[in-house]
Amino acid sequence: MEKIPILRMGQFLLVTIQVDLYDRLALNLEADLVQMVSKTGARGVLIDISAVSIVDSFMGRIIGNIANMSKIMDAETVVVGMQPAVAITLIELGLPLTGVHTALDVEKGMELLRNKILVDGPENDGDDDDNASDSAE
Amino acid sequence: MDRRTMATMTTTPVTVLNKDSMLIVKEQDVVPFRNRVKEYATKIGMGLVNQTKLITAASELVRNMLRYGGGGNTLIEVVSKGRENGIRLTFSDKGPGIANIEMAMKDGFTTGKSLGLGLPGTKRLVSEFDIKSKPGEGTTVMIIKWKNG
Repeated sequence: MEKIPILRMGQFLLVTIQVDLYDRLALNLEADLVQMVSKTGARGVLIDISAVSIVDSFMGRIIGNIANMSKIMDAETVVVGMQPAVAITLIELGLPLTGVHTALDVEKGMELLRNKILVDGPENDGDDDDNASDSAE
Repeated sequence: MDRRTMATMTTTPVTVLNKDSMLIVKEQDVVPFRNRVKEYATKIGMGLVNQTKLITAASELVRNMLRYGGGGNTLIEVVSKGRENGIRLTFSDKGPGIANIEMAMKDGFTTGKSLGLGLPGTKRLVSEFDIKSKPGEGTTVMIIKWKNG
């Protein structure tokens, strides 16, 4: 059975899709990724689709699902490397991938993930501190 | 006889230059089918964006055919109208058919668990779109993407 490898790099999980996805493969990836987020406590998921030439409504739904599932598992998802023709097609199809973070390439995607985690992390602590000091005053 | 007249009324008369057919019975047939469509689109020199739109549309329709019609037959044709070349794809299944085509063509309508973008979204991606369905007999969808359309 074919499988799409999921690599762990520090707090992040990296997935590079280099084959044409058929439904079963995409569904397996969705399940595997959520499992991996839970197992590794990853804070971010980066999906590279630069080699994917077709994203239809099913694939789009899977990408959205992965992002939403990761979100409720406390991990952010960034989709990187979308081909221009795929972007044009997705919008005309009526699938704007709302709720999915995107970046042009892997490097920008990693940066986005790092910032997201940095911002989310300390900021929440900061809010708590503010509240604490507010009540103290 | 009746259906024949209908077909000529709703679709543009074209010349068929080349044709190929492929049976779709399982999920794993989808990728080879998409590749075959891509081959033909590349052969007539269709640009990348139009190719992507056509193949995405084909992917949607073939998926519909598998999910709702239990698979079926596809026809890939290179067609021409005047100076314009294009690819015509026909998807025929012998599934339960669509009771209300008007509803099925609306964004967000679905009887399955999908987003309901398949048919209306597909129509937006191609140059010509024609759907015929008879409850209990099956559904036939025909699309054309012109090389520069």
